[in-house]
Amino acid sequence: MTLKEFWHRLGSPKWFYQMSGPWQRAFAILAVLLIVVGMAWGLAFAPPDYQQGNSFRIIYVHVPAAILAQSVYVALGAAGVLLLVWRMKMAQLVLENLVGFGAWMTALALFSGAVWGKPTWGTWWVFDGRTTSTLVLLFLYFGLYALRRAIPAREAAGRACALLAVVGVINIPVIKYSVEWWTTLHQGATFKLTEAPAMPASMWAPLLVNVLGAYCLFAANLIAKLRTAILRQEQGTAWVREWAGREARP
Amino acid sequence: MMFDSWQAFFAMGGHGLYVWMAYSAAAALLVANLAGLRAERRRTRRQLQGQLRSGAEEGSDASEAP
Repeated sequence: MTLKEFWHRLGSPKWFYQMSGPWQRAFAILAVLLIVVGMAWGLAFAPPDYQQGNSFRIIYVHVPAAILAQSVYVALGAAGVLLLVWRMKMAQLVLENLVGFGAWMTALALFSGAVWGKPTWGTWWVFDGRTTSTLVLLFLYFGLYALRRAIPAREAAGRACALLAVVGVINIPVIKYSVEWWTTLHQGATFKLTEAPAMPASMWAPLLVNVLGAYCLFAANLIAKLRTAILRQEQGTAWVREWAGREARP
Repeated sequence: MMFDSWQAFFAMGGHGLYVWMAYSAAAALLVANLAGLRAERRRTRRQLQGQLRSGAEEGSDASEAP
């Protein structure tokens, strides 16, 4: 199968449903393994920070959550482009089914940041560049959720959400560079593409495991949501009726 | 292992409250996410099977798609 064929088939909900069962299982197993190993490693085996002590271990929750919060939004923006330009059916499903997960990850990033800020900065919250732009990200997710429900016609709602998702992507570089543009309490990026991490391998290796686990969780969650949504969308078609008949037999 | 005892592990050098709040929020979110996915899946399956049964009783075929 060429890449072009694969791309075309990915646009077909039926094909996606029939292929994606094993993908979902593989990503789910990887996610559980990586997250369990990464969390245990981070909690008990990584060394404490020389300044922050053990509160530094919150990084293993906070950074993966924050990375997912932004990655999910970028995925929504990409789906928005696919829907607006090519009217791809699967893109609409992605837009409809990814908002909740992204919003919860953003909430987790903000919450874990607050409980890390209290012992480290002496405050739960401060309106600086990084925290405020991440709060804006949460409101963008709320906006997508509300917009979808405000427009009854599914196709029109999809296009409106696609537009908001695409425009909102401007906030992602603002979040990324907020720690460089403005004076802030927030520390700089842990992982950079251009240079080695400033922390020792014993600290960043478990973080890397957790970030990979988070991406696997993202994939497994998205595929699972899409599969259920496809069954609902395609109900009444022959293959879904066949599926329902097959599933009825235990 | 960076801790000498379970007490030391839970205390986290005095930062236990913050560390465990962050980790338990993450764990709760993961469990709730999984439970939500499974519930949605089950609801969809029941609904589709219900449609299939009511369709079969009426003896109709693919004509009554919503």
